[in-house]
Amino acid sequence: MLKDPLARIVGKKSWGDYFLLTLETPRISAQAQPGQFIMVRVNVHPSPILRRPFSIHSKNEKTIEIFFQITGLGTELLSQHNPEDSLDILGPLGKGFNAGEALKNKDVAVVGGGRGIAPLYFLSQELHSLGASPRVFYGGKSQEDLPLKEKFEEIDIDLTCSTDDGSFGFKGFVSDLFKAELEKFTPLHIFACGPEAMMKKISGIAQEKNIPAEFSLESIMGCGFGACWGCVRRIKRDNKDEWVKICEDGPVFSGKDIIWEEEDA
Amino acid sequence: MTNLSVDLGFIKLKNPVMAASGTFGYGLEFEPFIDLNRLGGFVVKGLYYSPREGNPPPRLVETSSGLINAIGLPGIGVERFSEEILPQLRKYSTAVIVNVCGEREEEYASVVEFLDKREGISAYELNISCPNVEQDGLCPALSPEATFSVVRLVKKTTSRPVITKLSPNVTDVVEIALSAQEAGTDALSLVNTFLAMAVDTETRKPKLANIYGGLSGPAIKPMVLRMVHQVAGRVKVPVIGVGGILTGRDALEFLIAGAKAVEVGTANFIDPESTVKIIEELKEYCQDKGVERIETLIGTLKT
Repeated sequence: MLKDPLARIVGKKSWGDYFLLTLETPRISAQAQPGQFIMVRVNVHPSPILRRPFSIHSKNEKTIEIFFQITGLGTELLSQHNPEDSLDILGPLGKGFNAGEALKNKDVAVVGGGRGIAPLYFLSQELHSLGASPRVFYGGKSQEDLPLKEKFEEIDIDLTCSTDDGSFGFKGFVSDLFKAELEKFTPLHIFACGPEAMMKKISGIAQEKNIPAEFSLESIMGCGFGACWGCVRRIKRDNKDEWVKICEDGPVFSGKDIIWEEEDA
Repeated sequence: MTNLSVDLGFIKLKNPVMAASGTFGYGLEFEPFIDLNRLGGFVVKGLYYSPREGNPPPRLVETSSGLINAIGLPGIGVERFSEEILPQLRKYSTAVIVNVCGEREEEYASVVEFLDKREGISAYELNISCPNVEQDGLCPALSPEATFSVVRLVKKTTSRPVITKLSPNVTDVVEIALSAQEAGTDALSLVNTFLAMAVDTETRKPKLANIYGGLSGPAIKPMVLRMVHQVAGRVKVPVIGVGGILTGRDALEFLIAGAKAVEVGTANFIDPESTVKIIEELKEYCQDKGVERIETLIGTLKT
């Protein structure tokens, strides 16, 4: 965990309101693990006042990437930065995915919904290099919401897509696609990130089939390193449930520990 | 060589910059980013006697140049604090101040009674002003009588110095300050957060699960500065300014208005190095202006 006040933007791509920034930050890159995140200061002025958390999307020798969608003022300001600008970042933060040796030569499933695909590229690369066989399921509302499709295809990962409107791939939610595919293969482990309702469904399917599953959760964060207690989530462990800091104990949690939010009536 | 130290009477700080309770964890969270020895002191997160859960999320919402929180004082309680945290803080030669909470007066007393047996605490800061633990922001700091009563009880219980942290959510903060002084407080910190709220216009729901929270950050600084100026002119005990300090210049405004020291809060989230940067900026200011001792700036507002 460290601060890099001058992480230089060395690459920028965009697809509609989705953005991919490449940041040169050798020390943070060296420490980064799949599922960890960084806190980015999006502007020098104190409004909006907080840094924004972003999953580490990939890493290279000296760089990391973040992938995000404009969802508010913070991400909008961030999207306006250009190559050669520097960003003030903290990282790598949090506890990532458990992509260990046990998964070598095994089938594993990686399920991403919308911008929730962000941490799963780094994870898929890691799984690939471990010798595991990740199958990636990537869903979006429409074809435009699958901007990273080619990127996954380039690294020779088995990718299956879904869109809610049927404009590309399976028509329906990625959780429905995943459920249907589970008739044909049985992964040893599931990793997922996406909207709450999607993750809740995947967690239900995983528990039904008795497959361990991990989820990367999202939250508004005050600090990103455990000091403010602002980003808590209800987690049950050792037979008791409590508010746990997503930034420090997560953002990745085991599906069986997460207490999922009730759907709004 | 500029002398940044300030003397609060009961304790001498190596510089006037402390970290504010609730924004600095238990101090250890900032070890990866700064050398805690650089600070004048730091106030650890509010402690009740027993561990506490705090409020349900969402606990945070940003507003223009500000942050509303309704964390609700979760914490590990005095026992775990003494066993797990305090020994790790002993290696630092800076003032460690424990922010003390209580659901009732007696709890404040039992927290300090427990902690009095432990070494490594420079002072207590009485948190009688958190707006997030009772309905409608109710807390002792809203009444001169309740303030007097809890400060008196804690002062009778401990021989360690006591700083009383006041609430801005009152008609006349001077009245409360005088009451705390009469009860024997050694210093006052001004102020805790402003009771506030924000509404999601899409869902028409409050943006905080708790509905109300406490506003902090640069948005509140001018109001806090006014309160510090009012109180510092009326009390004998030292006043510590807390509210929206982001830069050395912000801290200087408080010193000039009469604060003997400051606490830096929300800035710690924006930049975990804020406290150290502010100290550097104070030093630069003094060097530029030929100020040999920063103490000579305190309360020098020209009116």
